[in-house]
Amino acid sequence: MTQIIERPPMQGDDAPEPLGGQERWGHHPPEGQGDDRGIGADPMLTAVPTAPTLTMAQAINRALHDAMAADERVLVFGEDVATLGGVFRVTEGLADTFGGQRCFDTPLAESAIVGIAIGMAIRGFVPVPEIQFDGFAAPAFDQMVSHLAKYRMRTRGDVDMPVTIRIPSFGGIGAVEHHSESTESYWLHTAGLKVVVPSTPSDAYWLLRQSITSRDPVIYLEPKRRYWTREALDTNAPALPFGRAAVRRTGADVTVVTYGSLVATAMSAADLAADQHGWGLEVIDLRSLNPLDFDTVADSVRKTGRAVVMHEGPRTLGFGAELAARIQEELFYHLEAPVLRATGFDTPYPPARLEKLWLPGPDRLLDCVERVMEQP
Amino acid sequence: MAELSAAPAPLASAATEVPPAVGMEPVQLVAPNGAPTSEHRYTRELPPETLGWLYEMMVVTRGLDTEFVNLQRQGELALFASCRGQEAAQIGAAACLRKTDWLFPQYREIGAFLLRGITPAQMGAVWRGKWHGGLGFTKKCCAPISIQIGTHGLHAVGAAMAAQRLGEDSVTVAFLGDGATSEGDAHEALNLAAVFNAPCVFFVQNNQWAISTPVSHQMAAPSIAHRAIGYGMPGIRVDGNDVLACYAVMAEAAQRAREGGGPTLIEAVTYRLGPHTTSDDPTRYRSQAELEHWLALDPIPRYRRYLQSVGVWSERLEERVSARSKRLRTELRESVVDADDFDVTEMFDTVYHDITPELVRQREELLTELAREA
Repeated sequence: MTQIIERPPMQGDDAPEPLGGQERWGHHPPEGQGDDRGIGADPMLTAVPTAPTLTMAQAINRALHDAMAADERVLVFGEDVATLGGVFRVTEGLADTFGGQRCFDTPLAESAIVGIAIGMAIRGFVPVPEIQFDGFAAPAFDQMVSHLAKYRMRTRGDVDMPVTIRIPSFGGIGAVEHHSESTESYWLHTAGLKVVVPSTPSDAYWLLRQSITSRDPVIYLEPKRRYWTREALDTNAPALPFGRAAVRRTGADVTVVTYGSLVATAMSAADLAADQHGWGLEVIDLRSLNPLDFDTVADSVRKTGRAVVMHEGPRTLGFGAELAARIQEELFYHLEAPVLRATGFDTPYPPARLEKLWLPGPDRLLDCVERVMEQP
Repeated sequence: MAELSAAPAPLASAATEVPPAVGMEPVQLVAPNGAPTSEHRYTRELPPETLGWLYEMMVVTRGLDTEFVNLQRQGELALFASCRGQEAAQIGAAACLRKTDWLFPQYREIGAFLLRGITPAQMGAVWRGKWHGGLGFTKKCCAPISIQIGTHGLHAVGAAMAAQRLGEDSVTVAFLGDGATSEGDAHEALNLAAVFNAPCVFFVQNNQWAISTPVSHQMAAPSIAHRAIGYGMPGIRVDGNDVLACYAVMAEAAQRAREGGGPTLIEAVTYRLGPHTTSDDPTRYRSQAELEHWLALDPIPRYRRYLQSVGVWSERLEERVSARSKRLRTELRESVVDADDFDVTEMFDTVYHDITPELVRQREELLTELAREA
């Protein structure tokens, strides 16, 4: 095993420390919203005493190391992943450890990155390509939607596509255009792809290991806003099987369904709701959007009778729309209130100076919670 | 899984070398009148049985192609894309390869499929609308047909890079058309193949027309092969209606790839004698005079005349070829006419290796719907 790198120097290091200390990429939380990024206080991150404490970026790096060590078919490639170790240093050390045949830089061509992954998979390899940023998945869209997703069906099951595409995703890092996108709805609307989003370092590790082992293509969306959150990582066994949601906090009054970066937001909102109103929020971290563990959502909504779904991306036809539809289809008579959505807006992702107003934070979630608690 | 190749794949050295110029005049070994040309860089000396076999495959391809069109006209097939006129290019290119070399076809490569041992029934499934992509192609080291234009060039490069890592001396061939070379993915594929020195040959059948758009409208370059210069790989134009020239040029490119010499871009200059597909009407965009010009360059009579001149053609060969053509046409007809559809649950069961709970639910929903109707 090679070194798991310490957090490398990053762009923006000389910016003022955000509140909460450990969140290097974040911005000060909006006035009055409290600090939902204070990771040390995060109750969802329960320490395992014997395990090493890693950031999410390090946990992903560890997962790539371990997957490559476990299976010589695993290949990692993309833009700047080898020599540089990735713009977030997530692929640091892989080329040194496993050689330039198994971890290599590609030309700047996203369609090619996914396209060659398909060809390699046909010939028996297990490619784990990286798309450097969410917005740059667009040039690879055709390969992902027309080929990666469909290859198994169009070969009538003869050819598996064990490809895991890692995409640093979502907003909240003060980035330039095309670096903060929520792309999950595109992949979720494409039959043949599976989509997972970790919210903690442990989940980042295990969801990636499970994705790489999967014989189906998995789009692995990394919430880059949470790259520097820390957690003790137990690499002995996964906490949950692939495709299972986690109840991060139990509560009797409102079910909050979310994933990725916003799980921590929901947790801090749950603290506020308990402190200010005495309301119990049950926070469900979906972890896997397809396959969807609807049973866990349904069990919770049967108990609470109220649900709010939250994601960063635009509201219209976001995954919240699907969740809300599904909840009312199957649980209509258990509901005390309409299912509400706390989301981004139907605009292009805004410039960095405005993103904190655009992104759903604890306040937007709590507004929804108040509205569903007013019913009936 | 074989041991990973220890030797790192060399990156292309072409960046520091100017590749040789690309000649406008296509390589031609047999003139349209069937006479050998003065071309001396390549050989037309092949064993008589190989020469006869190439003829047989071309004729059989045309026969099967004709049967496909007939079946479409009779309503047994939804659509068909004929390769009439391109038999020499396809047979010449595929015949010199090993059966372990991977092919990444577009959709018109009937000749290449036949050479791979893919049956008429396996091909016919696509055009009947029975299944996408063809049946069992990958078991013959051939990718499913790609209706998307040019996107499969990247799959070929990936497969070639896989072959490098497996330490194989195989070659991977991407079949593209003139229209496909305008696609961005074709550019990315050519560039990556050159950068990674991938053992990949791009065989472009320039059949002059992408549906109604002539090749002059696809690009302003002197030829498709000239683009190779910019990618840092050898490019070559070949008479796509001359099966021996296509064979020789592909054999050379494949050998170079096997020996670590990297990719080659071949432009086979040919002509699509039929419509784009059975849904197309080419009289709306091209002239009868043009068609007649190319009919005179038909690859099959030309090659027959050559075989006659070298004493390989015989009545017996012709009889054998006709008999085989007839057998395959019958095989196609029997596999297609009144063929059963696949069980509808296959459309759910082949999407994922591990089916999702939601898809299980939807499969049940359809089965319930069907049970109610029954």
